[in-house]
Amino acid sequence: MLLSNLGYYSLVLGLILSIFLIFYSINEIKYKLFNLKISLLSILFLQFFTVLLSFFCLIFLFVYSDFSNQIVYNNSHSSDPLFYKITGTWGNHEGSLLLWLLVLTLFIFLFNLTSKGQPKRYKLLTIIFQQIIISGFFLFLLITSNPFNYLSPIPIEGLGLNPILQDPALAIHPPILYLGYVGSSIIFSSSLAALIEKNINRDWTVHIKKWILYSWIFLTAGIMLGSIWAYYELGWGGFWFWDPVENVSLMPWFCLTALFHTIIVLEKRLILKSWALVLAIATFTLSMNGTFLVRSGILNSVHTFANDPERGIFILIFLFILIFLSIIIFFVFQEDENSINKNIFWLSKETSILVNNWFMMYFLAVVLIGTIYPIFLEVINDHKISIGPPFFHKLIIPFLIPFLIFMAFGPKLKWINDDLKKNKIKNIFILLICLLISFLIIYIKGKSYLILTILFTASFYLFFVTLIDFLNKKYNLGQKIAHFAFSIFVLSILFNSIYSTEFSANMKIGDEIKFNNGIIKFEKIETFKEKNFNSLVGSFSITDKNNNIFSLEPEIRIYDQPKIVTSEADIKTTFFSDKFLVINLIKDDDYFNVRYQIKAFMIWIWISVSLLIVGGILSLRKK
Amino acid sequence: MKKNIIYLLVFFIFAFIFFIFLNGLNESKKYIPKQVKKRFVVEFSSKDLLSNKKIFSKDYISNDKFTVINIWSSWCVPCRSEHKYLMSINQLYNVNLIGINYKDKEDNAKKFLKEFGNPFNIIFIDKNGILSIELGAYGVPETLIVNQKNEVIKKFIGPLNKRNLNEIKKIIN
Repeated sequence: MLLSNLGYYSLVLGLILSIFLIFYSINEIKYKLFNLKISLLSILFLQFFTVLLSFFCLIFLFVYSDFSNQIVYNNSHSSDPLFYKITGTWGNHEGSLLLWLLVLTLFIFLFNLTSKGQPKRYKLLTIIFQQIIISGFFLFLLITSNPFNYLSPIPIEGLGLNPILQDPALAIHPPILYLGYVGSSIIFSSSLAALIEKNINRDWTVHIKKWILYSWIFLTAGIMLGSIWAYYELGWGGFWFWDPVENVSLMPWFCLTALFHTIIVLEKRLILKSWALVLAIATFTLSMNGTFLVRSGILNSVHTFANDPERGIFILIFLFILIFLSIIIFFVFQEDENSINKNIFWLSKETSILVNNWFMMYFLAVVLIGTIYPIFLEVINDHKISIGPPFFHKLIIPFLIPFLIFMAFGPKLKWINDDLKKNKIKNIFILLICLLISFLIIYIKGKSYLILTILFTASFYLFFVTLIDFLNKKYNLGQKIAHFAFSIFVLSILFNSIYSTEFSANMKIGDEIKFNNGIIKFEKIETFKEKNFNSLVGSFSITDKNNNIFSLEPEIRIYDQPKIVTSEADIKTTFFSDKFLVINLIKDDDYFNVRYQIKAFMIWIWISVSLLIVGGILSLRKK
Repeated sequence: MKKNIIYLLVFFIFAFIFFIFLNGLNESKKYIPKQVKKRFVVEFSSKDLLSNKKIFSKDYISNDKFTVINIWSSWCVPCRSEHKYLMSINQLYNVNLIGINYKDKEDNAKKFLKEFGNPFNIIFIDKNGILSIELGAYGVPETLIVNQKNEVIKKFIGPLNKRNLNEIKKIIN
C-alpha cells in the first residue's frame, strides 16, 4: 500500500519534471524570459531517479508478493521462485512500460552526460524532443496502464506468472530489446535537433554513431535472445517463425542497419544527409509502431499481451503525433545538399553502401507488408488472410544472393571511385571454388534446386572472401567480423534447412520404434515435485545410424498457478547438430506424443549472431 | 510547387494509415471465432489422398446421414491427440466422416494414417489451404458437423476432446 503510493507519486513527479524540462528548454532557446541557473544534468538525474524509485517499488511489491497491487496479483504467486518474482515485474504490460520509461530517462541522462562538447542549443532541442516522448509515456502509463492499482479486498494468493515466461533467456530479453528500441529514440531526437540547428557535420556523426551502434548491438542481442527462447521453450524446434511480433522487432533492425551504414558515408563524405535523417526517423517510428502493434492487440500472435483498445488508441495517437511532428520538422528544415559533393561514382564505397541500403529497404518493405497488409485488407474489405513463412521466404531468399555478393566486395572498394580490374582472377577463382563446393553439397544431398546452389555459392563466396580479409590488416576489424558472421549465419541456416530431420510418433513406456537409420526407445518416466510445478521427466535412449547410444530427458511441467502444462525440450548440442526431443501429454491416455528432431548446425546460428554483435562492439572501439 | 505536392502526398499517406489502424482497433474482438449459424457447406472438389482420383463433395455429403468434416494435417501436433476420437466417431453407425488434409505432404499424410489408423471414409487433399478457408476454417485441426440439409450445425475449433466426442454423439443420436 505504502509502496504503491510511493511508486505512483514518484511517477507523477517524474511527469512534472518532464513538463518542466520542456518549458525550461524552450525558454532557454527562444525567449529567455527568466534566467534560471540550474543544472540540467541534475534535473535529468532526478527524473531518472523518480522512475527508478517507482520501478524498485514495483519490484519490492513483487518480491514481497503484495497482492493488494493489481498487477502483482495478476502476474505473481507466492510460490514462484525469487528470480521469477523479480522478472515478473516486466513480464506484463504495465511493468514493461515502466521499464521502457526507466530506460528512456536513463538514456537522456547518459546522453547529456556524454555530449559535453556539443552545442548547447542542440542539446536543449534534443532534450525537448526526448521529453516529449518521455511525457507521452508517462501519460500513457498513468492514464491507461497504471502499475500501482490497488485491489480491495486483498486477495490471499496471486494468479501466478505465465509459466512460459519463466525462463532465464526470456527474463532478460525484454530489457535488452528495450535498450535497443529506446536507443533509437535518442537517435530520433538528436537527428531532429541537429536538423533544426543545421548541425549535421562530422562532429555530430561521430557523436551519434556511438548511439546507433549501441542501439544496434542491443537490438540484435534482444532479438537473438527472444529467438533462443522460442527455440527451446515453445517446442516447435524452429528459431524464427515470421510471427508478427518477431517481425515487428526485425523492422527497426533493418532500418538501424541501413542507418549505421549510411552514417559511415555521412561521416566520410557529408553526403546522404537527408537519407540518414529519414532512416533515423523511420527507425524510431518503427520501434514505436512495434509497441503499438504488439500492445494494442491489433495483431494476433503467439505473444498474447493485454488486449485493450483504449490503450491502442492512446499509443496510436501518440505515435502519429510524433510521426507528423517529425515530418513537419523534416520538410521545413530540410535543405538541399550542395551539389559539389553530390556526385557518386557508380563503383565506389558510397555506391556499395547505398546498395546495402536498397536491400535493407527491400527486406524492410517485405516484412512490413507481410505484417501490416492483413490488417489493411481486413479493414478495407473485411477479407481475412494470414501471411506465413512461404511469403517471406519466397520474397527474401532470391534477393539474398546479390546481397551476399555485394557484402563480400563492397567493403573493399575505395571511396569516391574505384575500378574492377584488381584481383579479378583471384575473385573469379574463389567464385568457381564456391560454386564447386555448393554443387557437391547439393549433389550429395540429392536435392536439385538451382537457387539453392547459387545461394550456397554466394554465401560461401562471402565466407571465403571475408576469411581471406582477416589476413589483410587494412580493413576495419569490426566490419570484417560482422560480415564474416553474416556469412556463417546464412550458411548455418542453409545447412540447417537441408540437413535437419524430424521424426514423431505416439509412444508409451517401453516402446521401441525404428526411424530412418536409428532406434528410439522410451525407457521410463519419473515424476518430481518442484516448488511451483510438478514435473514428468521421460527417459529416452536413442541409437543413431553410427550406433552411438545416448539418452535424452525431455520434461513436461504441470504448473499449479496458473494451471498450465509446458513442455521443456531436452536438447543435446554439438557443433554439428542439435538433437532435440520434446514430449507432449495426450489427454487421458498413457501415450505420449514424442517428437525427435535433428537440427543441423543449430548452434552456429547463435554463434554467428553473437559474432555479429562482437563485430558491432569492436566497431565501437574505433574512434 | 512540386515539393508541396510531395508533402501533401506524404501527409495523406500517413493520415490514411492512421485511420486504417484506428478502424482496425475497433474490431478488436474479431479474432474470437463465433458460432457459425445456418451456414451451408459449399460444394467443393479435390483429389482423393489414397486413390488420387478427382472426387466431388456432393457425392460424399449424403442426405440420410450426418457428415463430420475434419480438417487435419500430419504436421499438426494437436491433430494427433484428437485422432483417437476420430477413430471412435468412425465407429458410430450413422456418420460419414470426411477428412480434409490441410497443406500437407502426401507421403507424410499417408505415413500418419498408417501409423495411427485411418478413420476417414474419404480424404480430400487441400494442398494450398483454399478449401479449408472456403469451409470457414480458422486453423487445424477443426471439425464441422453437417446435417442432412447440408447445414453446418456445430463447429469445433482446435483438437477434439472427450467432452466434444460426447457432444457429437448426442447431436447424432
